[in-house]
Amino acid sequence: MPVGDLASKTIHELRHMIQAGTVSPPEIVDDLLARIDRLNDSRRIHAYLAVDPERIRRQAADLPASARAGQLYGIPITVKANICVAGEETSCASRILEGFRPPYDATVIERLRRAGAVLIPNANMDEFAFGSSTENSAFGVTRNPRAQDDRVPGGSSGGSAAAVASNMAIAALGSDTGGSIRQPASFCGVLGLKPTYGRVSRYGLVAFASSLDQIGPLAKDAEDAAMLLNVIAGHDERDSTSAPVEVPDYVAALRRPLKDVTIGLPEIPSEGLDQHVRAAVDGAIEVFRTLGVKTVPVELPNIDKAIATYYIIATAEASSNLARYDGVKYGFRAASGGSLTDMYLDTRTQGFGAEAKRRILLGTYVLSQGYYEAYYLKGMKVRTLIKQDFDDAFTACHIVLMPTAPTPAFRLKEKLDDPLQMYLSDIYTISANLAGIPALSVPCGAGPDGLPIGMQLLAAPFQESLLFQAAHAYEQATDWPSRRRNWRSGNAG
Amino acid sequence: MSYEPVIGLEVHLQLSTSTKLFCGCLAKYGAAPNSQTCPVCLGLPGVLPVLNERVMEWGIRVALAVDCQIAQTMKFDRKQYFYPDLPKNYQISQYDRPLAQRGHLDIVADHAPKRIGITRIHLEEDAGKLLHEASQTESYVDFNRTGVPLLEIVSEPDLRSPEEAYQYLIELKAIIEYLAVSTCNMEEGSLRCDTNVSLRRPGASQFGAKVEVKNLNSFKAVKQALAYEIQRQAVALDQGQRIRQETRLWDARALRTEPMRSKEGAADYRYFPEPDLVPFVIDRALIARMKATLPELPAERRRRYQDAYQLSAYDAQVLTQHAALGELFEGALRCGAPPKPAANWIMGDYLAHLNAKNREPESEKLRPEWLAHLIQLVDDGTISGKMAKDLFVQTLERGEDPRRLVEEGGLKQIVDAAALEPIADEVLRKNQRSVEDYLKGKTTAFTHLMGQAMKLSKGKANPQQMAALLKRKLEQVPS
Amino acid sequence: MALVTPEVIAQVARLARLRLEGPDLTRFTEQLSEILQYVQRLQAVDTERVEPTTHVLPLSNVLRKDEPRPSLPSDTVIALAPAQRPPFVAVPKVIET
Repeated sequence: MPVGDLASKTIHELRHMIQAGTVSPPEIVDDLLARIDRLNDSRRIHAYLAVDPERIRRQAADLPASARAGQLYGIPITVKANICVAGEETSCASRILEGFRPPYDATVIERLRRAGAVLIPNANMDEFAFGSSTENSAFGVTRNPRAQDDRVPGGSSGGSAAAVASNMAIAALGSDTGGSIRQPASFCGVLGLKPTYGRVSRYGLVAFASSLDQIGPLAKDAEDAAMLLNVIAGHDERDSTSAPVEVPDYVAALRRPLKDVTIGLPEIPSEGLDQHVRAAVDGAIEVFRTLGVKTVPVELPNIDKAIATYYIIATAEASSNLARYDGVKYGFRAASGGSLTDMYLDTRTQGFGAEAKRRILLGTYVLSQGYYEAYYLKGMKVRTLIKQDFDDAFTACHIVLMPTAPTPAFRLKEKLDDPLQMYLSDIYTISANLAGIPALSVPCGAGPDGLPIGMQLLAAPFQESLLFQAAHAYEQATDWPSRRRNWRSGNAG
Repeated sequence: MSYEPVIGLEVHLQLSTSTKLFCGCLAKYGAAPNSQTCPVCLGLPGVLPVLNERVMEWGIRVALAVDCQIAQTMKFDRKQYFYPDLPKNYQISQYDRPLAQRGHLDIVADHAPKRIGITRIHLEEDAGKLLHEASQTESYVDFNRTGVPLLEIVSEPDLRSPEEAYQYLIELKAIIEYLAVSTCNMEEGSLRCDTNVSLRRPGASQFGAKVEVKNLNSFKAVKQALAYEIQRQAVALDQGQRIRQETRLWDARALRTEPMRSKEGAADYRYFPEPDLVPFVIDRALIARMKATLPELPAERRRRYQDAYQLSAYDAQVLTQHAALGELFEGALRCGAPPKPAANWIMGDYLAHLNAKNREPESEKLRPEWLAHLIQLVDDGTISGKMAKDLFVQTLERGEDPRRLVEEGGLKQIVDAAALEPIADEVLRKNQRSVEDYLKGKTTAFTHLMGQAMKLSKGKANPQQMAALLKRKLEQVPS
Repeated sequence: MALVTPEVIAQVARLARLRLEGPDLTRFTEQLSEILQYVQRLQAVDTERVEPTTHVLPLSNVLRKDEPRPSLPSDTVIALAPAQRPPFVAVPKVIET
């Protein structure tokens, strides 16, 4: 078998091979590590911050017999660097957490282990998930494997998306606070799901904005995403915001025929919307129509306030969540001969990158005395309106469809010095986090330069099955498996 | 010039639940440093709090005991400030939707009953402990205490004297002890108190500038610090100075308050709703159930003692200050002791003993039946009142039933006439002079004879019996 | 029109324990001012009768039993800290306040 052949497979393909006895977990891991070794160089894709082949091989070799029945037995799963894996560096791509090895597993990690997965930690990201390009990583950028020139993979889960797209991962976990799974999935041509808020435990996910964060899968197809969600979803008593809602079998739901489904098409802010993106999404709508899906117009009147709302709520929560990084208990402490206050100031000033500082400052400002009502309270109220918009929309349709991002992947450094422009690239993804609803980005075409384009499917809370079902039907109708195989060799090698 | 002090108290109470407020770490006092911590209370990245259900129950119990209105829905907020004993650099507390509001507590100060308002009661997590003494350049942090549940009870500024503040604290502590939700130990920090005080001209409706006083390590310190602070402010006002709104620390050695070095500018805690915790809807039926199962509280018990046992208001007050004292009293009564002597023993010798040893009634192992036995031994004349005092001390020190001590130590009074006779005879024989004096009508001589007789019996002779015997024998002496 | 002044941002930086001076302060002030300007659009939204959303899910009363769980070994806790003096975590001297 040529190197990289196993690495290019999906979870369900590998699972069949393992069950048939044609391949073993160590063989899969070896193939994947060989691929990573070739492509992960910081001058190339750099999807992982660090890879420790020995530890990964040992996991594959030491899989307990009891895990054989697990849904992910022997399958390597890549993990974003902000999800705690016991004993593994979990730096959130920040200097301030450099070298931090948590003495505990996140709940999703426990579940992956129980399902027999082999963990590949440390996928690159924007520092603390602050960003839409992975350029805010303190340890070097990740490059988009699908681009001919130097382009961003999107962010903040850019490492996870680039790894899956370049077959340096079978599938991956990311986190999504305002689009951090979906936008890089769209830029890299893979699937990415932000589940319903409360669907997946946040325990062990290093918090960015607690009321918006969710962990979700990035995968090569809908079935893999469904398989991963099957394993990681469900109530967790360690997360007070985790929903005690039963987890359906998402894989079983996948193949249900897509009939009697209505897709809602909202009028969306079109300023800055790339014509190729519009064309690709329109093409996808046509595909759904040929599948017998009815489309109706829906209104989301407050969607143009989503970014403003988001940057108040998310930064407020982030400023508070990041207060704990102070050089006292763990992580980085600046060499500072001075007082306690000097130590705090030096540690945080040297430990955080520019975007983290910007968000901490903005969040601190909107919560400070005299501004709370005008900003934070106002933001929470507009959030209510945005949520209501979706509640209303879902009385008229089952799924809302719109682009994931206004453009395909942009160039490295293109928006780095213009934070507001960077924020505006999250325009279509942010409202799903504010409303707490599930949203899936599905590859639906490419621009003339081959850059992938994603469409976004949104549903009412806990209706992930419906999203998988629609994505799967779309994949089948557009011969996704062979299209995806054609990407394999791509520019990334 | 005369001024009226306006005083408010903030009491922080550690609830003695088995585990912390938001994690399963033990909340026990006195464990080895940093041995009762976990990712949650250490604020490690990615962890989340989950509320301890007993904390909410106990909080409601306290709130009901001081007649507060319990919130329909309470929520938690983050109070943000940087300090090395606060691992997340925010404290999970309650801001605008506290557990309970608008209650009151009745006290008696300077012989007058008074109702003190309680503004609010809220839940929050405790911070860790900082050690400063061990090094010139560093401080050391012990995180065991972080996340221990605290109940903050804030009074209205209804108190008008240090004595009222003192009585408020005594009464509040008694209530908490009756509810058995905290150890209320100021030395161990399970009860902490800050106070604020301002002065105004009598009759003025406006309050003066408020001074907060912290670092109060005992109820006595609260009283002393308030007295000092009232005096300090009065002198300043008399001299035409303005009182600065500030925080001062009580120095228990120098017996004065000192201004606290202010932390860089005014605090801006940036409270906002804790997104990691959901709201808590407090079921009215639960409240009704909890109200029905509240134990008898000090005020009620005081009334009962006065009505059922004819104790004075003062006695009832003293006996109900500690739950343990009342339990001892009533236990002794159940074992047959009459109320008044039982009350007297507890209020007299027992409290004196506790004070001398600086001990709390809870830590003492005096069993109620022992007290009953002691009273019975005096009543049936087995021992004298004086012997009883010694015996009581021995009972406490050796932790044994006074009955057994009497039997073992031959402490029994000599009531047997046959055993008293030779003693009386010997005393009369050896004290001819006194006998003569007595017969001449000098009654004081009898006291001497009596003393000699008791001495000869090593204190065991029953004094009444011995006196009667001596008198009978003196009458028989031929003159 | 600048919504915030360098003085305000400097004060916010102090609250957040970040050092911010010179050109950095100017740059951050400009960027934050621009973002805040953008955020102003919310002021036009009528929220008179709108309740704030703090949680998107209607969950309440999530509680746990008062039952102990194992703590971390104190060695593990101390070892995480950048500066230690077992069994304590060490910080620059806190001036008693």
